[in-house]
Amino acid sequence: MNILKLISKNILRHKLRTCLTILGISVAILSFGMLRTVISAWYAGVEASSAGRLVTRNAISMIFPLPVSYKDKIRQIEGIKSVSYGNWFGGIYIDEKHFFPNFAIEPKSYLELYPEYILTADQKAAFLRDRKSAVAGRKLAEKYGWKIGDTITLKGTISPGQWEFVLRGIYTAAREGAHENFFFHWDYLNESLKKTAPGRADQVGFYMIGITNPNLAAGVSAAIDITFKNSIAETLTETEKAFHLSFISMAEAILIATQLVSLIVIVIIMAVMANTMAMTARERIGEYAIFKTLGFGGWYIAGLIFGESLLITTIGCAIGIALTFPAAKAFGGALSTYFPVFEVKTETIYMDIAASILVGLVAAVFPTWRAIKIRIADGLRRIG
Amino acid sequence: MENKIHIVEIKNLYKSYRRGDQIIQVLKNISIDINKGEFLALMGPSGSGKTTLLNLIAGIDRADSGIIKVGGIDIISLSEIELAYWRATNVGFIFQLYNLIPVLTAFENVELPLLLTELSRKERREHVEMALRVVNLLGRMNHYTGQLSGGEQQRVAIARAIIPDPTILVADEPTGDLDRVSAEEILELMERLVHELGKTIIMVTHDPRAAKMAHIIRHLDKGVLNEHPQAHL
Repeated sequence: MNILKLISKNILRHKLRTCLTILGISVAILSFGMLRTVISAWYAGVEASSAGRLVTRNAISMIFPLPVSYKDKIRQIEGIKSVSYGNWFGGIYIDEKHFFPNFAIEPKSYLELYPEYILTADQKAAFLRDRKSAVAGRKLAEKYGWKIGDTITLKGTISPGQWEFVLRGIYTAAREGAHENFFFHWDYLNESLKKTAPGRADQVGFYMIGITNPNLAAGVSAAIDITFKNSIAETLTETEKAFHLSFISMAEAILIATQLVSLIVIVIIMAVMANTMAMTARERIGEYAIFKTLGFGGWYIAGLIFGESLLITTIGCAIGIALTFPAAKAFGGALSTYFPVFEVKTETIYMDIAASILVGLVAAVFPTWRAIKIRIADGLRRIG
Repeated sequence: MENKIHIVEIKNLYKSYRRGDQIIQVLKNISIDINKGEFLALMGPSGSGKTTLLNLIAGIDRADSGIIKVGGIDIISLSEIELAYWRATNVGFIFQLYNLIPVLTAFENVELPLLLTELSRKERREHVEMALRVVNLLGRMNHYTGQLSGGEQQRVAIARAIIPDPTILVADEPTGDLDRVSAEEILELMERLVHELGKTIIMVTHDPRAAKMAHIIRHLDKGVLNEHPQAHL
């Protein structure tokens, strides 16, 4: 016999209590893992950002456009390799429930700037050739059963009307989370706007800019913004990463609340576990006195209590982690358009493990202190 | 000659407890010597200080003042860690309620004190089997305590007490929770430990029949030890 055998036997004394505690820890770890994955999903775009790309938008707000004529001036600035542009279209497919990101872009330069969107040569040529064409990500096409040549109709929200597109390409993306987009020709949108809303024509929502050297990002950004200083539409240029972060900052309160809830989950389970261990130690205070009587020191008793606490949390943590993966897959599948990347990160697993170890350790501190401090004679009196 | 060796020497021992604002003097100026191989019974009414004296001799409580030497070692001067080690190697405990660990089998309960030794698993097994053979429970070594009768549990406790080959055995009402037949079996077993293995036993008891098995009976009353030992030798 050794201490591990005794710990495992102790765990099985109150099977129902142990099972419920393990269940509680598993659910807490699952919740913690899912909440951390939601937070990671928010930052997925940031992580996928290229250091070699800048985004220029209206300095006042993202919702205000910039003239398309800026394109040529931007291209002349030193350090710039290529310039593309586009608009957030915000079209609805069938109804509001079927949301996916859709953009009007200048296709040739955009695809050059984003080599991670991979189209076959035939599909790319067909897309560039046809102004009414569009391309969609693989997952999006699979979700709606689209095939090359299908006509897809979006209902415009910013630009009202029924917009018909012919699907000329289905791209695959080099990274997860980029398979949910829908792109079509900016020219198609612009031509229509010239007829229906001329005041909104020849304007873009953003410029995507490729730079020759990522180290020049700050200087090039400043140069672009200086170029349009005091113009009718001043610009704000930032790296693609900073641009994504500025989006996330809009939802900062939600993210902070999510982080807070994930921590509260751990605190709650810590209290539950501490209660379990306190009850356990209180019931066995006489036995700890027997161990002390037989000559076992405080370290052995600490080992028994900490060992039991850590074993319970470890089992709960393992079950929680095992459940996190299928839960994340199901959640990610159901909300793939909102969270294109919903993957359980290695860091999340490490945090799960760290949290369960912390819970196990904290829960055992007070019962151990009590068991070690009690006088043997007093402990023996508790028996019977 | 061997019986004349003082295995326990107690001089001018005092012990008090604090209960609220009150200080209760439990033991007053106790002096007693116990010889090697002696079976001593401590008797007295409840609250007379019998168990307290036993606890002090066994090193599970601390005296206010005085001297307690067991096997020549002044146990009052030992630190908590030293005292724990001393208990592990020098004292065997037999309690009224057996005080076995319920999730362990008879074998594992007896094995417990040996976990503090350097013995190998095989050596531990040999020692445990020998101790269980002494108490005639080898056939039930894989039974849990709940599957044993009171008398059998007490025999497991005795096996656990003798397994480290301690200097003294202390027994606090060892028959207090047993029926008459089981109590007699336990007392006979304890007598065998004294006669056959030369163990020194200090037993606290209320039971005159149990006390009759002892070589010497000492009475405690209100913390004072009776001057005149009653011998059954």
